[in-house]
Amino acid sequence: MKVSVNWLRELVDTKLGVDELARVLTMGGLEVEEITPVAAMFDRIVVAHVKSVAPHPNADKLRVTEVDAGTGSTLQIVCGAPNVAAGQRVPCALIGAKLPLEGGKVLEIKAAKLRGVDSNGMLCSARELGLSQDHAGLLVLPEDAPVGQDIRKYLDLDDTYLTLKLTPNRGDALSMLGIARDVAALTGSALRAPKADPVASTIGDARVVRITEGKACGAYSGRVIKGLDAQAATPGWMVRRLERAGLRSIRPLVDITNYVMLERGQPMHAFDDAKLKGAIGVRFMKAGERVKLLNDQDVEFRPKLLAITDESGPIALGGVMGGHATMVGDATTDVFFEAAFFDPEAVQGKAKELQLTSDAAYRYERGVDFAGARAALERATQLTLEICGGQAGPVTEALGTLPGRSAVRVRPDRVRTLLGYAVADDEIAAFLERLSCIVKREPGAFVVTPPTWRFDLAIEADFVEEVARVHGYDHVPSAPPRSSVPMLARHDGERDRFALRHAAAALGYQEVVNYSFVPEAWERDFAGNEKPVRLANPIASNMNVMRTSLVAGLVTTLVSNLNRGEDRARLFEIGRCFERDEASLAAQPERLAGLAFGLRDPEQWAEKSPRVDFFDAKGDLEALAGPLALSFEASTHPACHPGRCAAVKAAGKTIGFVGELHPRLQQAFELPYPPVVFEVLTAPLLAGAAPRFSGLSRMPAVRRDLAVTVPENLAVGAILGAVRGRLPPFVREVEVFDQYRGKGVEPGRKSLAFRILMQDTDRTLTDSEVEVVVASIRDQLVQQFQAQLRT
Amino acid sequence: MFDEAWRKKVLEEAIAAIASAGTEHDLANVKAQYLGKEGRVTEGMKAMGKLAPEEKKAQGQMLNGLKVEIEQAIARRIESLKNAELESRLTAEAVDVTLPGRRQSIGGLHPIARAQEHVEALFASMGFSVADGPEIEDDELNFTALRMFPNHPSRSMQDTFYVEGSSRVLRTHTSPVQIRHMQSHKPPVRIICPGRVYRVDHDATHSPMFHQVEGLWVDEGISLADLKGTITQFCRAFFERDDIGVRFRPSYFPFVEPGVEIDMEWENKGGEIKYLEIAGAGVVHPDVLRNMGVDPEKYSGFAFGMGLDRLAMLKYGVNDLRLFFENDLKFLRQFR
Repeated sequence: MKVSVNWLRELVDTKLGVDELARVLTMGGLEVEEITPVAAMFDRIVVAHVKSVAPHPNADKLRVTEVDAGTGSTLQIVCGAPNVAAGQRVPCALIGAKLPLEGGKVLEIKAAKLRGVDSNGMLCSARELGLSQDHAGLLVLPEDAPVGQDIRKYLDLDDTYLTLKLTPNRGDALSMLGIARDVAALTGSALRAPKADPVASTIGDARVVRITEGKACGAYSGRVIKGLDAQAATPGWMVRRLERAGLRSIRPLVDITNYVMLERGQPMHAFDDAKLKGAIGVRFMKAGERVKLLNDQDVEFRPKLLAITDESGPIALGGVMGGHATMVGDATTDVFFEAAFFDPEAVQGKAKELQLTSDAAYRYERGVDFAGARAALERATQLTLEICGGQAGPVTEALGTLPGRSAVRVRPDRVRTLLGYAVADDEIAAFLERLSCIVKREPGAFVVTPPTWRFDLAIEADFVEEVARVHGYDHVPSAPPRSSVPMLARHDGERDRFALRHAAAALGYQEVVNYSFVPEAWERDFAGNEKPVRLANPIASNMNVMRTSLVAGLVTTLVSNLNRGEDRARLFEIGRCFERDEASLAAQPERLAGLAFGLRDPEQWAEKSPRVDFFDAKGDLEALAGPLALSFEASTHPACHPGRCAAVKAAGKTIGFVGELHPRLQQAFELPYPPVVFEVLTAPLLAGAAPRFSGLSRMPAVRRDLAVTVPENLAVGAILGAVRGRLPPFVREVEVFDQYRGKGVEPGRKSLAFRILMQDTDRTLTDSEVEVVVASIRDQLVQQFQAQLRT
Repeated sequence: MFDEAWRKKVLEEAIAAIASAGTEHDLANVKAQYLGKEGRVTEGMKAMGKLAPEEKKAQGQMLNGLKVEIEQAIARRIESLKNAELESRLTAEAVDVTLPGRRQSIGGLHPIARAQEHVEALFASMGFSVADGPEIEDDELNFTALRMFPNHPSRSMQDTFYVEGSSRVLRTHTSPVQIRHMQSHKPPVRIICPGRVYRVDHDATHSPMFHQVEGLWVDEGISLADLKGTITQFCRAFFERDDIGVRFRPSYFPFVEPGVEIDMEWENKGGEIKYLEIAGAGVVHPDVLRNMGVDPEKYSGFAFGMGLDRLAMLKYGVNDLRLFFENDLKFLRQFR
C-alpha cells in the first residue's frame, strides 16, 4: 500500500518528519519498505501559458514558442515536444532552474541559442519533473492552472509517499483513515477523521435491497443518485491522491468509489442505475447462472460464490468485482452506489480461485470495518454531488448478521508475564484505549472490547501484542537465557550428521546441495522409478518429481564441474529421499551419497596415480561406516554397471549400494570414463553403542598363509563368509591379502592368498591345533569351492 | 739404536701414514706395519730381550707409549673417516623439502552445513536439542495446526508446492517439526529444527529450496524478553561480535501472538549501521500450544525462524543466494 504523507498529515495531527513518521510506522508493525519523494528536487518551475507556436527556421523537429510564465514579459522558448500547442498550460523551467537528472547530475537552465534561435527556459514533461517515466511530450495542465504559480505548489509536489508492507492481519490499515488511527495511537497525537456527514435526499428514488445470505453479507447500504454528469472531470487533487496511492484515474464515478475506499477502507461499487431491474439481492450463485465481470471475465456457477442480483439474475460478485452489464460509462446519468460489509470468510480465496485480483476482495478477505458502510456511502454521495452533480435519493439499508465484537478478559499479570517486563495496569488500559478499545476494570483483569475495524483482536494474547505495540517493542528487555532443562542425553559412539560430513571431507569428498525436485527422467534412469512423487505446481517442468536417489544430482554436479575445467572430483550429499507412500509420511529416508571420479590422488610429482575404481569407493564407504561392519554382495542397480555393483549390508539388512556408473549413463552424460558412486541410509551410520572390553591376550599370535586357486567367478566375499562362520574362537582373522590372475595360473581360475591369524587369550596354541585349523580351511576350500592348492 | 731419535722418527712416520690413509683398510695396513708381528714397534719389543733389566724397563715404557700414541692416532683417524663417510651419505640423501607433500585431496562441508553446525553447537550450549521431521508434510501440520487456515490470506505469505493427487505439500517452513516434537514431549522443551524447506519462488534472492532453522522454547513463564535475550546472545556468538544489537518490531505470523520481526544491527561496507531482518518470531499462540498438547494457562513459549542460507551469506560474505545451489567446486572449496 502506498501512502501520501501530505494526505496522512491531513488526517492526523503530527509534527513528525517523514523519516521519523516512517520509523514510527515500521516500529508499530506497519513496515515502511520505501520512502519516495513524489517529484524530483527541482525549483523555479512554474505554470506557463503557451501563447503561440511557430516552426523553427532551422530544424524540423523543433518549435519556437512564446509563453507567459507570469514573469511580466513574454518568453521565447524553443521546444522539441511534439504535443506543444498554443493555448496550453504547461510547466516551464525558468532561467536559473535546476533539474536533477538521472545519475546525480543537475541540469541548470540557462539562456541559450538553439540552432540559432534564442531560448529562455524549458517547457517540461512529466518525466523531467520526476513524476513518471512518460516522456511522450509536455505535461499539459488544466486550463485553469494559474499562470506563474510554482508547479510544486500547484501540483502539491512537496509530498512523499511511503510504500507499506502490511501483514494479512491488519486489514484495518488498508486505508488512510486506518493508518492515521494507528499513527494517532502510536504517537498520542489527535486523529482528524475525514468527514462523512449525512447528505439529505432530494428525490425519492430508491432500490429495495434483500439479503438472503446474512452471514456472508452483514450489511448492505445503497443509494440512487440521478441526473449526474458522468463525464465531469475528476478534480486534480483527487487524481493526484489516487495516483499517489498507485491507482489510475478512470472516470469520476469510479474515481470516487476508489477514493472513498482509499480514504476509509470501505470498498464501494457504482452500478449504472438505468441498467438495473428491480430490487437488489445478495445470495449465492445458483447452478446454471453466470456473470460477466468488469474485467470481461465470464464467471460460471461455483458453489458459495456470493452474487449481487437484480431481477435479471447475478449482476456482480459480492466483495469481489462488479459486473460488466451494469457498469457505469460516459453515458451514465443515474447511479446506484453499493457500500456493503461482506464477511471475510465469504470472500477469502474467491479472487484466487477466479484468478483475478481485486482491491475490494483484498480488503474484504482481511476484514473491513463492519460499521463503516453508511459513512462511506454518505462520503461518496457528497463527492458525487460536488463533482458530477445530480440528485440523491434516500439510503436503503439491509442488515444480515454482523460479526459483533466480544469482550475479552485481559489480565495485567499475564501481559507482564508474556512480555517479560513490568508495565503498569493503568498504562495497559491507556494503551488499549488509544486503540479505541473499550476497557472495563474488573478484579484481576480488564474486560476489553475491540473496535469494529479490528479483526485481529480476539484473545488475550492479541491484546498483549497491542500493549507492546503501542508502548513500543523497544521496551522489551533482553533477558539472559535461563537453564532448567535436563542434560541432552546421547548414546556412546552416536554420531551426528556433522561427524559423518567431516569423515567424508577427510576422505576427500566435497559436500554439495542439490534440489530435492528433479527431472522425471533422472528418477527413471538412475533409480528405475516409474512412479515418482510428482509436484502439482513445479517451478519448472524439469523439476517436477521428488527424488528417491541423490546419485543423479551428484553425476550432474560432476558434469557441470568438468565443464568448468575440473578433472577430478569426489562429491557427497546428505539429503532426504522421497518414496511414494500414500499411507504415511515415513517413507522419506535420509541418505548419504558419494561419487568419486578421476585420479585416485590429485596429480602430483611423486608418482602416477591410477583412476579411482570400485574398490576406492568401497573402501571410502567402509571408512565412513566407522565401526559399523558392512558386507557387500554382488547385485544390480539401475544406475550401475551390472558387473561392478554391490548391495551394501549392515547387520543383515541392505542399506544401499556401491557401483561403477552404468556405461549407458556414462555415455548419456558424455563422461570420458565412469565415476564410482555409492548411496546408503544415514541412520545405521549414525547409531552408536558402547564397546565392551573382551580381554587382552599376552599369548603369541600365529600366522599361517594359504594360497589356492579357485574358479574365476567365485566371489571372495562368499568364500570368506563360508570359512569364517565355522572356526574356533581363537581364530582372530581370516582375510584375503592377494588376488592374482595370469601367468602360472590356469585360465578361468584366479589365485587367492589367505592370511589366518590365531591367538588364544590365555594359552599358547599347540602346533597341532594350528594345523587342524589350517587343514580344515584348506579342506573346505577344496571341497566347497573347487580350490586347488598352490605351492 | 731404539733411542729417542728413533722413537720420534717412527712416530712421525706413523702419523704421516695414518693421515694419508683414506680407508679403514689402509689404516689396518698402517697398523700392521707398526704394531703387527713384523711391525717396527714390535721389532723394538723383540730387541728388548737383550737389554739389561734397568734399560729394559725404560725401553719398555718408551715402546708402550709409542704404541699407545699410534693406536690413538689410528682410532682418531677411523672416527674422522666414519664422520666423513656419514657426512657424504647425508649430503647425498638430501631431498628437496619444498616439493609438495604427498597427500590425498581434502574435501569439505557445504557452507550452509558449516553454518548449520555452528548454529547447532551454539544452541546446544543453551540446552536446545535438534529435532527433525519429514519434508513432504501434511497440509494440516504445515498450515492448519499453525493457524494458517484454508483460503486465509496468511497462506499467501508462503507460496506452496503441492504434491500431485494428495493433500500433501512440501513443507514451507520447519514449524511442523515443532508440532510433531511437542506431540511426543512434555515441557520444558527447548529444540531447534534445522532443515530444507520449499517455496514457489525463484530469483536472485529466492531459491525454491532453502534452509531454515527454527527454535522453540516452552516452559513456565517464558516471555518476549527471553526471546530477545536468546536471539541477542546467538547473534553475537554466531557473528563473533559483542556489539551486535537486535531490534524487535511487531509483525504477524499466524502461529505466534505477539508476533515479532527481529532485526539485527549490521554494519555495511560504508560503516553505516543498518537493520537487517534476521528472524520471524513471537510468543507461541495459545491455540498452537493446545495443538501441541500443552496447557497455555500453565506454560508459555517462544518460537523463532531464521534463514540458514541468509545467516551463511552474511557470515561468509556471499552476495548471491544462487551460488549455494550451483555447486561450483571453485565456490565450495572456499569454505574448507
